Amino acid sequence: MIAHAIVFYIFSLIAIVSAIMVTVSKNTVNSVFFLILDFISISCLFIMIGAEFLGMIMLIVYVGAVAVLFLFVVMMLNVAQQKNEWFNSSGRSSHIPVGLLVSIIIFFELIIVIGGWKYKPDLLDSIAIEIDTDLTNTQSLGTVIYTDYIHLFQLSGMVLLVAMIGAIVLTFRQRSGVKRQSYFKQISRDRKDGIELVDVENNKGVKIDA
Amino acid sequence: MAELFIFFEQIYRILFLLIPVLVSVAMIVWLDRRVWAFVQKRRGPNVVGPFGLFQTLADALKYIFKEIIIPASSNKVIFILAPIVTMTLALIAWAVIPFSETFVLADINVGILYLFAVSSLGVYGIIMGGWASNSKYPFLGAIRSAAQMVSYEVSIGVIIINVLLCVGSLNLSNIVLAQKDLWFVIPLFPMFIIFFISALAETNRPPFDLPEAEAELVAGYQTEYSGMMYAMFWLGEYANILLMCAMGSILFLGGWLSPIDLFPFNIIPSPIWLILKILFLFILFALIKAIVPRYRYDQLMKLGWKIFLPFSLIYVVLTASFLMYFDLLPGN
Repeated sequence: MIAHAIVFYIFSLIAIVSAIMVTVSKNTVNSVFFLILDFISISCLFIMIGAEFLGMIMLIVYVGAVAVLFLFVVMMLNVAQQKNEWFNSSGRSSHIPVGLLVSIIIFFELIIVIGGWKYKPDLLDSIAIEIDTDLTNTQSLGTVIYTDYIHLFQLSGMVLLVAMIGAIVLTFRQRSGVKRQSYFKQISRDRKDGIELVDVENNKGVKIDA
Repeated sequence: MAELFIFFEQIYRILFLLIPVLVSVAMIVWLDRRVWAFVQKRRGPNVVGPFGLFQTLADALKYIFKEIIIPASSNKVIFILAPIVTMTLALIAWAVIPFSETFVLADINVGILYLFAVSSLGVYGIIMGGWASNSKYPFLGAIRSAAQMVSYEVSIGVIIINVLLCVGSLNLSNIVLAQKDLWFVIPLFPMFIIFFISALAETNRPPFDLPEAEAELVAGYQTEYSGMMYAMFWLGEYANILLMCAMGSILFLGGWLSPIDLFPFNIIPSPIWLILKILFLFILFALIKAIVPRYRYDQLMKLGWKIFLPFSLIYVVLTASFLMYFDLLPGN
């Protein structure tokens, strides 16, 4: 049990320190790398409490896909310079109240949740679904999501679809004058379309573009 | 005391797995060059050791004694971390590969998700290396490679769903045991082909080696690397290729199972079968490197998003409907 606790504290320490480093570090790319470290240590924590499916999905979705896109954008836009300018400018104080407000709200929400859990133990009995400890958590998630909560599941799918279509519509632009390759056109071309035999008269030449 | 014993036993088991993997990575580099040479009617590396088997060791020695050059304008921490990340990720994935029913380092419930997660993290080594070099060609190579790997991961994920539908478990040993009667390569043959091609793209192998297309990008993300750091990228890349071959043989070719459960075949120990299957897939990889010309970048993206992804999605629907209709769904 002691080994368990030690490992837990190592991971949570890494998670907290890297979360702080995300906001503190001057270089934006370094921030994203710390964010990735944070994601990884949180997924390790998930695995430690036995939620291995959540932990792996966290790795695949957040670290494997979302953070890659983050990195992409940050590296391409060269935000590092912008941020430094912003730090030095006089207008920076206007952002602090907003951030403070958000963090205070999150802090109180956490107090309510954790306090309720701590001081009113019968709150745990109000969970909607019995937890079956025999099943692996992949199976138990599947049996819940695809039966009782199928509508919510499909609804979230619809939200994602709308977001996807929205992103495509926002970024799609039809450029004119782009030469596209069509395999079918290339393959279905035959000799008759490509080659023409012409008798050239002396001193007259041939009009090719006709 | 007992905990200490478990600790050392685990370390022993990890070493027992990692050292053969590293040695086979060295051998596989030799095999790759040999196959490539034979296709082109050359001899390939044949001087160092019997059949040139120790060529890779000689190369590795050379890399170890070369100077490591760190560009002055690079981001040094990330520059040094990048090859370490590549190498580590390529090696930790082997923890879940089952070599037989009992011989597996970590028989975890979500083995296939772990493999998928680790292989999708592999892109970080490349992006970090390309960005930290602070140079144009490595950065272009890294961006290309990241886009390519993310795109082909999607189709690999969908292909894995196909297999999982037939198995009903995320555990790699269960995936192999489900193929006792019929390897999945037969009912899911189109998926096997797509998996193979996606694996080529995922590991940046030819014909999809655009990140290091030497005609356009010098050597892609590795341009600024030298000495041992380059060698680590290189070893990590080949370990990843071996891993993809192992994944293919576990998902489709029945893992450690022998092809026929009859006398002369079933006395051969099961790890040998897995190794033979990995080698078979690897030789296909090497042959394709020698035979197929490099894709253009837009063709690569078109293939991944417009052909592979829709096709494998349709195949998921087909597989699910088939299993549902004939009441073959696994599990309860």
